[in-house]
Amino acid sequence: MASLRVYIIRRVLLAIPMILILLSIVFLIMRVVGDPVSAILGGHAPQEQIEQIRQQLGLNRPVFFQFCDYVWQLLHGNLGRSLIWGQRPVVAEIWDRFPATLELSVYAFLISIAIGIFTGTMAATHRNKSLDHVFRLYGIITYSLFIPWIGIMLQLLFGVYLGLLPIGGRIGILMEPKTVTGLYILDSFLTFDPDSLVSALKHLILPSVTLGVYLSGIFTRLTRTNLMEVLEKDFIRAARARGLSEKVVIYKHGLKNAFIPILTMIGLQFALLLVGAVLTEITFSWPGMGTLLFERVSYRDFTTVQGIIVFFALIVVTVNLMVDIIYAYIDPRIRY
Amino acid sequence: MIASKYSVSRLIASKLKGLSPTRGAEYFAIIGFLIISSIILMAILAPLIAPYNPIKKTGELLESPNHKFILGTDGLGRDILSRIIYGARIAICVTFLAISFSLSCGVLLGLLSGYIGGKLDSIFSLVMDAVYSFPGLILAIVLAAMLGPGIVNTAIAIAVIYTPTYFRIVRGLVLSLKESLFVEAARAIGAKDRTILFRYISPNVLSSVPIVLSLNAADAVLTLAALSFLGLGLPAPTPDWGFDLKAGHAYLASRIWWPSTFPGLMIVLLTLGFSLFGEGISEMLNPELGR
Amino acid sequence: MKNLLEVKNLKVYYYIREGVVKAVDQVSFSIKKGETVGLVGESGSGKSTLGLSILKLVPSPGRIAGGELFFDGKDLAKLDNKQMRKLRGRWISMVFQDPMTSLNPLMRVGDHLTETIKAHEKVTHKQAEEKALSLLDNVGISSERFRDYPHQFSGGMRQRVGIALAIALNPNLVIADEFTSSLDVIVQSQILNLMKKLKKSHNVGMILISHDISLVSEIADKIALMYAGQIFEFAETNAFFEEHLHPYSEGLLSSVPNIKLSDQNLSYIPGMPPDLIHPLKGCRFYPRCSYATKICREKEPPLAEIKTGHLVKCFRYD
Repeated sequence: MASLRVYIIRRVLLAIPMILILLSIVFLIMRVVGDPVSAILGGHAPQEQIEQIRQQLGLNRPVFFQFCDYVWQLLHGNLGRSLIWGQRPVVAEIWDRFPATLELSVYAFLISIAIGIFTGTMAATHRNKSLDHVFRLYGIITYSLFIPWIGIMLQLLFGVYLGLLPIGGRIGILMEPKTVTGLYILDSFLTFDPDSLVSALKHLILPSVTLGVYLSGIFTRLTRTNLMEVLEKDFIRAARARGLSEKVVIYKHGLKNAFIPILTMIGLQFALLLVGAVLTEITFSWPGMGTLLFERVSYRDFTTVQGIIVFFALIVVTVNLMVDIIYAYIDPRIRY
Repeated sequence: MIASKYSVSRLIASKLKGLSPTRGAEYFAIIGFLIISSIILMAILAPLIAPYNPIKKTGELLESPNHKFILGTDGLGRDILSRIIYGARIAICVTFLAISFSLSCGVLLGLLSGYIGGKLDSIFSLVMDAVYSFPGLILAIVLAAMLGPGIVNTAIAIAVIYTPTYFRIVRGLVLSLKESLFVEAARAIGAKDRTILFRYISPNVLSSVPIVLSLNAADAVLTLAALSFLGLGLPAPTPDWGFDLKAGHAYLASRIWWPSTFPGLMIVLLTLGFSLFGEGISEMLNPELGR
Repeated sequence: MKNLLEVKNLKVYYYIREGVVKAVDQVSFSIKKGETVGLVGESGSGKSTLGLSILKLVPSPGRIAGGELFFDGKDLAKLDNKQMRKLRGRWISMVFQDPMTSLNPLMRVGDHLTETIKAHEKVTHKQAEEKALSLLDNVGISSERFRDYPHQFSGGMRQRVGIALAIALNPNLVIADEFTSSLDVIVQSQILNLMKKLKKSHNVGMILISHDISLVSEIADKIALMYAGQIFEFAETNAFFEEHLHPYSEGLLSSVPNIKLSDQNLSYIPGMPPDLIHPLKGCRFYPRCSYATKICREKEPPLAEIKTGHLVKCFRYD
């Protein structure tokens, strides 16, 4: 497996310039595109106040210097302090909200993969028959669904009219779940708290289904295209010629081979997952990083907003890195 | 340049002749086209077909759909139908602006970067890759927040996200074409670099962009709606679907469903139109092989 | 002795937008147990389709449009997919042309074998592995390569794996579709020798599909010459080479250059490949035949037994 290790090292080294570029882009946008100080103060503030804030935020120093300082602080785990209220460290603010986003994203992702691979496989194996067209249409429609709208429609149906599910928040208003990891579902298992579990699950259903269905369409199309391509290949016919059952041929030989391009796509879709998560959180008042971003943008909390973007950038690069590594692990052709 | 125009139109003509109507695909493209054109028509004819002034209070607050106000009124007493009709103007306008910005920048930079190559190409590619892999909406949120509200600003914020898409496609095609024989041949007969770029490479490169355009437009509509939903797109009284969707959200618990449902429906419809059209055309131009 | 394989008036057509391609049009022949038949023809003659149809693996839009296929007395045309699966790999197997694409790139070579063995026999994984190892040994691949992936092998080695897969369960019939076409000449002869060895040790019936008649003649007991979806001559190898009754056979054999003669003009068979969607009314070889007469254009000659065991489809011998 030595070649895998070499590949990993090479890949990690490639990630570093990527992060730096993203950081610089964010940095530039927040200083060059518009003036952050007037954004914070609203434009009609006295000159001295403007100067004071500039100094406070270090914005009067040369941009390059600011950047280096920022990266240095970042390496020490410091993202600055929020500009509002108690001026908590940005890292703390983010860390508070991260588990919520993580929980939502993971469940939504699982739902989307399950639906996507299932429908995609059905479409690929019933090619050009009506089932195929139905699932293709499914893929196109789900991608076009505006998340806030579908979320609101679901809230109306299940929350308001049927009264079955709550329309916002992560857990019952009066409940105070004992947290260990911040992931409520997991925590309620760890602390033997069935009430919390039920409440958390109920709150999780609508948002994760909304996001999950939205993302599934892409996987439907990916699975269908890739599986179809793979099933045309010679080794599939050879497998059938050896008398292997159709199920083994499609799943073990077909899907496994189709999975590789699907996997790389999953990495690329991760950015889409984040976007979807942000919109879902805002629609369902889910207390995650998406709502935090939205809040702080409205409050002109410059440092926190910057910190959140930087955090997103780090996650994206890391996830892409991991996907590439998994890809190399599964497909031996890459590393040898 | 006459030669390049001729080859482009010849290319389009041959593609049109080669269109193979696969059963599903042509329906997708036709339906998509109908949806898009109806909405564009609605936008153009807005002053003629909207029953009321979209930014003035013309009825009671939150009237449910009735014969005076077919889709009801919103929280400020404005007719929802009229707001939707005028909203089409904003949606189409900003989308087209954003796509044009990203298309021109992306294609131009892609052509240049691909053809010139070297360090310039590496730097551009790295930057474009970084932007491409980053969640678009989040970048747009920050840009829109820093730029401030307004049609042009919003269009720019959206355009930045999609520029890498066109950059990549164009650059990729330029790179592969650079290697191919007929460019060698052209150089052999002494054609200048600039001539090569525009006469031989451009027509081939441009013909694959239309499909991406349509699917990109679908995306842009969603991004615009998202920005407006978050209050970052256009200033307040402007009839905007995303904004109205958010505004209506507050009344949900009281079973007042109409201020949110209809604007949102329009967003989905326009996006669907572009998606169907793009998918349909893509299937027709590059039909799936076999059967 | 009952025939191992009997093909009677087999028709395999492809239904495409432009029309119906009659890839195999009324083909009849038979193979005895342990016999090797070389199925020879140019591209598009229908030989690959014929091979696939015996396993009922003709890809859509093609399908068997008529005729009978008797394997060991059973009519394959009547069997459904589930029943065919029991035969495939176990009683009838196939070696494919391109070993790179016919092996799953993500699966270890050894696993290909164990999977096939376990699909047909009730054995433990360990037993299957042992059997797989001995199979690899049989085809000349060292056991250390058991856990390697297909792309780590050379073309010739991969084809050996393909052959190992085909004989794994001791089938009665092996169909090899252009099994040397993707290999270089030296490796070709190595693989051919391997096939000869296996033919002797396993007494397996074989259909060797190829466009290379000289290659096939080294190992085949009988030669079947196909053209435009039909068999035009069928005889024992020696008889075929000595007598080459059909004009097409004559043309083919004379077009093989003789390495001993210097300075020869390459002879060839004039004319265009046949149209399989609108086949000719009369003899399909008519446009390219130097012996053609009026009747050849009007009527199709029957495949008749001119001498014992030697069939020809030509009016010259009627």
